[in-house]
Amino acid sequence: MIGRHELILVWIIDSNHMKCELCKATEATIHLTQVVDGAVKKVHFCEACAAKSGFDVHGPMSITDILLGLGDAAVPQEPELRARERACPRCHLRRTDFKKSGRLGCPACYEAFADELMPVIKAMHRNEQHRGKVPEREQERFRTTQEMENLEAELQAAIEEERFEEAARIRDVLQTLRTQQTAGRPES
Amino acid sequence: MNTKQYIDRSSGWLPERPGAGIAVSSRIRLARNLRDDPFPGWAGESECTRIWEQLRDVLLDCPALGNAQAVAMEKLSTLDKLVLFERHLISREQAERKQGAGAVIRDDEVVAVMVNEEDHLRLQCILPGLAIEQAWDLANQLDTEIEAHVDYAFTPKLGYLTACPSNVGTGMRVSVMLHVPGLVLMNEINAVIKGMARIGLAVRGLWGEGSESTGNMYQVSNQMTLGEGEDKIVDNFGRIVQEIIEHEQHARWRLFETNEALVHDRAGRALGILLHAHILTSKEVLDLLSDLRLGIDMGIVKLKTERIINDLLILTQPGHLQKVEGRRLKTHERDVARALLVRSRMNAALYEQE
Repeated sequence: MIGRHELILVWIIDSNHMKCELCKATEATIHLTQVVDGAVKKVHFCEACAAKSGFDVHGPMSITDILLGLGDAAVPQEPELRARERACPRCHLRRTDFKKSGRLGCPACYEAFADELMPVIKAMHRNEQHRGKVPEREQERFRTTQEMENLEAELQAAIEEERFEEAARIRDVLQTLRTQQTAGRPES
Repeated sequence: MNTKQYIDRSSGWLPERPGAGIAVSSRIRLARNLRDDPFPGWAGESECTRIWEQLRDVLLDCPALGNAQAVAMEKLSTLDKLVLFERHLISREQAERKQGAGAVIRDDEVVAVMVNEEDHLRLQCILPGLAIEQAWDLANQLDTEIEAHVDYAFTPKLGYLTACPSNVGTGMRVSVMLHVPGLVLMNEINAVIKGMARIGLAVRGLWGEGSESTGNMYQVSNQMTLGEGEDKIVDNFGRIVQEIIEHEQHARWRLFETNEALVHDRAGRALGILLHAHILTSKEVLDLLSDLRLGIDMGIVKLKTERIINDLLILTQPGHLQKVEGRRLKTHERDVARALLVRSRMNAALYEQE
């Protein structure tokens, strides 16, 4: 049922005097507005039936939660399985911790879980490259990274077109930038 | 902090005149985190307390926050938290937090920052009417002032890193609160919601996530935060909102042409009930205020102080009512207190000189 919805809104209010669509007995307190294949649908459930259908009745379910596949992660009970599970090297958040809450533990988690996160991020934002504000302190590094990306593309082109002298020159510039960037970076 | 000071005055982000527009208020929210600390939901209590104290001091020194008050969540009563929530100054989630979380609120309530909500910092700027660009300017200025003192979690690829991947990139959520009775009465609102969903916008009720749309009020916001610059997001969003506003205006004209009596009738009934009712639920008041607001917009009803329509939106909420009464009220007691408040304010707005 979930998966193809473009948007799901859950409204919880208790004064509508509407009966649950599933059990037709209890008062409906969960009101869902779904956009399924371009059509707006409204459904009304009571808390028990909504929970049975797999909705998180205690918080609004968002497109984020659906994309992250929340609720479908069983936490391994075996201690050795849990120990082997991947964790963020900095904050020790485990994959299942994230699947459970939908929230990451620290900025380093983005790198630790990059292979799983990037497809989700791409699906959510239909994009994977930041193009907005850059903090003053980051701007220098940002410019260098962009310059390096451009140079790498140029290097690739030069190699493909067999302009080896130019390729060597670009490689030297890249090497210098790389050294500078590593040296200029704060310790952590 | 005692929120009593807020009760007797209007919210800084609500406009003087409701007729001023279909767009009631505009809001910009920026999510920011510290580079070297775990996100609030994963950090321990002592870490959160340290971060709150550090950021509180940074924020209180920011010129963009002017005269501001810092409040620790654990020092607030449940009722005071509810009052702040109803004034859109803190979120429902923040109200539930205790140790190590807080808020810094500028005196005019236009700029407010939550510390250690889902992210270390949630900067918010709300202005009356359609003023997304001005709100972004204010939020941007505050953000720049803060970043001079702290290292933000940021990467060139993903931009500002946030506890939830749905906010990465700009960390910016733009939202506008719209009063669209025309679209609702003409049965066109579902088509509009559908269209907005298709272009990646979310539609919610008056009090944000998880709240129902009462009183024909809808909050529209962007969902995607990565891939476009803030100016472009603000620009595109403003254009879409402008389109919805025009759509609403057309709907109102058509409504008026096809069924003028209905608009008069609704406004008249709303006025009658608000002036004379002795029991009013929160939902009923919001719905009646919507009818009255439409009547004012269409020039059917004239009030001496139109500001009352906006003030009552907030003042009739459970927290505000109980704060005024100075005690906890049961649902029925609230409905009675609400009607009393509405009667006296409406009488003043209709018959008394300002």
